Amino acid sequence: MGRHARDGAAAAGRGAGRMSVATRIKPRDLRLVEKLAGIHWPLVALTATLGMIGYVVLYSAGGGHHEPWALRHALRLLFGAALMLAIALTGIRFWFRWAYAIYGVCLGLLVAVEIMGELNKGAQRWIDLGVFQLQPSELMKIALALALARYFHSAYLDEVGRPAYLLPPILMAVVPAALVLRQPDLGTAVMLLAMGGGLLFLAGVRLWKFALAIGLAAAALPIIWSQMHDYQKQRVLTFLEPERDPLGAGYHIIQSKIALGSGGLWGKGLLNGSQAQLSFLPEKQTDFAFTMLAEETGFFGGLVVLLICFAILMALLAIGMRAAHQFGRLLAIAIGINFFLYVTINVAMVTGLIPVVGVPLPLVSYGGTAMLTTLIGFGLVLCIDVNRFTQIPRFPVET
Amino acid sequence: MYQEAERHRSFTRRALFVGALQTGLFGLLAGRLYHLQIDQSQTFALLAEDNRVNQHLIVPPRGRIFDAGGRLLARNVPTYRVRVVREQARDIRRTLEDLAALIDLPQATIDEVVAKAELRRAFVPIEVREDLDWEEVSTIAVHAPELPGVVLESSLLRDYPYAEVLAHVLGYVGPVNEAEQKEDGDPLLSMPTFRIGKNGIEKAYDAVLRGRAGLSRIEVNAVGRSIRELDRDDGDPGRDLRLSLDLELQRFCFERLSSELAAGAVVVDVATGAVLALASVPSFDPRAFDKGLSHRQWRDWRDNPRHPLVNKCTRGQYPPGSTFKMMTALAALEEGISPNYEAYCPGYMSLGRARFHCWKEHGHGRIALNQALAQSCDVYFYDVARRIGVDAIAAMAERFGLGHELGIDVPGERPGLIPTRAWKKAAVGESWQKGETLVAGIGQGFVLATPLQLAIMTARLCNGGMAVRPWLVEPEAGALAGIEPIGVSPQALRAVQAGMHEVINGRRGTARKARLDIEGVEMAGKTGTSQVRRISRTERAAGAHKRKDRPWEERDHALFVCYAPYDAPRYAVSVIVEHGQSGSGTASPIARDIMTRALELDPSHSRTLARV
Repeated sequence: MGRHARDGAAAAGRGAGRMSVATRIKPRDLRLVEKLAGIHWPLVALTATLGMIGYVVLYSAGGGHHEPWALRHALRLLFGAALMLAIALTGIRFWFRWAYAIYGVCLGLLVAVEIMGELNKGAQRWIDLGVFQLQPSELMKIALALALARYFHSAYLDEVGRPAYLLPPILMAVVPAALVLRQPDLGTAVMLLAMGGGLLFLAGVRLWKFALAIGLAAAALPIIWSQMHDYQKQRVLTFLEPERDPLGAGYHIIQSKIALGSGGLWGKGLLNGSQAQLSFLPEKQTDFAFTMLAEETGFFGGLVVLLICFAILMALLAIGMRAAHQFGRLLAIAIGINFFLYVTINVAMVTGLIPVVGVPLPLVSYGGTAMLTTLIGFGLVLCIDVNRFTQIPRFPVET
Repeated sequence: MYQEAERHRSFTRRALFVGALQTGLFGLLAGRLYHLQIDQSQTFALLAEDNRVNQHLIVPPRGRIFDAGGRLLARNVPTYRVRVVREQARDIRRTLEDLAALIDLPQATIDEVVAKAELRRAFVPIEVREDLDWEEVSTIAVHAPELPGVVLESSLLRDYPYAEVLAHVLGYVGPVNEAEQKEDGDPLLSMPTFRIGKNGIEKAYDAVLRGRAGLSRIEVNAVGRSIRELDRDDGDPGRDLRLSLDLELQRFCFERLSSELAAGAVVVDVATGAVLALASVPSFDPRAFDKGLSHRQWRDWRDNPRHPLVNKCTRGQYPPGSTFKMMTALAALEEGISPNYEAYCPGYMSLGRARFHCWKEHGHGRIALNQALAQSCDVYFYDVARRIGVDAIAAMAERFGLGHELGIDVPGERPGLIPTRAWKKAAVGESWQKGETLVAGIGQGFVLATPLQLAIMTARLCNGGMAVRPWLVEPEAGALAGIEPIGVSPQALRAVQAGMHEVINGRRGTARKARLDIEGVEMAGKTGTSQVRRISRTERAAGAHKRKDRPWEERDHALFVCYAPYDAPRYAVSVIVEHGQSGSGTASPIARDIMTRALELDPSHSRTLARV
């Protein structure tokens, strides 16, 4: 009986929503100058600074040469920044409208590379775009944020409490995460799930439900363990006890900690990090770029980078909180969570707090996809901010 | 609209919560960085330095060894090996085949080297061949431009120019074993090519000869490639040693003894204890140990009944036989028995039901000390030994350096054995028998001594009772430091010396053939023929113990101790010929020749000879 009554109330709610569509004021489109003036330039400046720090790090990683990394990094940074600003100048409703379609395309690409990978053992799981090599799994982070933000944009607070209502968004997060995990890319899968969870939380899902989900996940851990690749198991085991295998899997963590620790307060100076320059530090241009930076510029340099990242996060948070529409709010915070996860997982990994999962430091590490994802995401956030007074109807009229 | 506002409030709360969580986690990361980079900075700085720097030990050249006259006895000779570095050789097989055209290099070796090079990093040198001779080295050097990646390297190999003559004295060097490495903290020992003194002087003075390792600190990268040398300390080369040995005399002793199957001879300076010769026959090639000894060679040496590896002078323990009679005589004189006391020798002495024979079947008749020594009358010494007891004899022998290690600076010295009542009780568990005192009185039974001990005993007899000790490298404090009188009365010593003089120069002496053929120089000495096994009554009756056709192992040992010149002694010599049958027949001529040579080589003495 109660069920019927609730359904009735929901139907009534929906009706009220439709009324608001009819009564909304259609905003006029912003002119380009207005849009440029509305761009959150401090965020752009912080982003550019981080990207340039990355350039310096890669210059040092190349032993004081632009080749092989620094120059390409700079080119990508320029290209990505242009893309970011271009996206900032688009209309927010465009993204709202196409959110599901973008998600669908990304999911399709993810399935496609997965099939390609299956057919052709050991094949690349990325698409070559010239300057960038695009991993659908990275694009999926943006697409998932868009799709979930759109989904919850229309949600009433009490709808969010219904398990049936939560099923589609959970599937939206879990399906790509499962595909990515098969690749296997533990880091990205974790990030997709964490971002999905973060959006669910922001949309108003009760905390006890998260507690329940985490409990279930913990119960499922043995199953996941059995599904993991040997090298992934090794990483986890080695994380728990790095000295277990100092020349094997534990080598990375140990050498990274030595590099960081020996950097001290002010570092050994650019190009003088013995750990990085003498190749004791593995992957110094990608996953361990932060280590190299902190070895050569010390605690001071590491802290500066953390503070820049923190400032970016706070800017994203502020933008999210002042947006006029739920879509923008959710999207901005989701992209903030994505960035936060990148930085936290990377730094925690290189400082030996968590296992080595292969997550780069965005804008600093060499590698196109993470930079592109980050800059596209920031572009969307800038776009939200430019259009922060724009209203998006809860149930837009389909065109 | 209420719904929308409520949702916005909920969002705001939760967004702030997320922001707080992110802030907290960033704080945690910053804290972690602080912990690693500030708190533990020093620990990690050390680890980074460990990573960065490879320390290479520089092996110092081993000290050389000279004889007293400055002749080189042990030296280091360069040995050359050729190696190849894969990354410098464009085609390693081609390079090796080119090399094979210049030096002897079998195809199998080439294949082996190529296979080995493939497994190692490209910059690691792979050994191709060692022990190149000069001609090969210069050929390779000339063709170096056509042989990319080929590297010539030299190292030092220990060499002994007089190999066998000095093998027992100098010892040899060999690879370090685990126990040595554990015992000695010197980092040099961990180097695979390092050689350590294994025996003889090489072992005793290893620390001096070894020197101090140099250190080169080289910056390396993660795969071990050298980047640059940071600093270098060349270390100290090993110190050269000068021995008391006279190479000429040593060589003469060795060659003179070589006519025997197994023998040893010692020459000491009676005033200082300096060892001038220490020869042991047969010998071995000490170089074999460094080059790698074959198992077969090792077994042959080890199981050979003539014991080529054993230094017979310091490690051979023999019953001294009649050479011990001076100890019994001195003990008797000290106990108050007059040198003129006469014993009666009917050819044997009876003790209870047992009969103890003199070497002379029909006896010496009435005989006093002087002739008892000269003719080596066993019964005289049975008699005085019985009177004074074994402990008095043992005490005297100990004062002359018998029964304990003398502390010569060659490892492995044996103590010999001087029995006492207490010793027998403790070691054998039985009480001392009277008959054993008689046997001990003529240096048989339990009594054992090394040729070195006998030489030192002789030196102490002739130098006025000064307790010299043997050495090869002059003690820091000087040759004469710490030599104290052993406190035997000069009269007693003179009586014994007179007896020893009579052995060689007397009308009835047992070693008349050992007279020196040098005008105006006389020698004194004592023969010894010691039984290896007990002679049974039936054997004695059959005269079997005198026959020459006994198996070698059962024949008596021949010994002789002597010193010269009699009036101003300089050298004491002891000779043992294992199973040499007769002290006077076999050992004394050898000792005479050695003494003659020693006097000839003595610069101060040759001057006196020249004057005469």
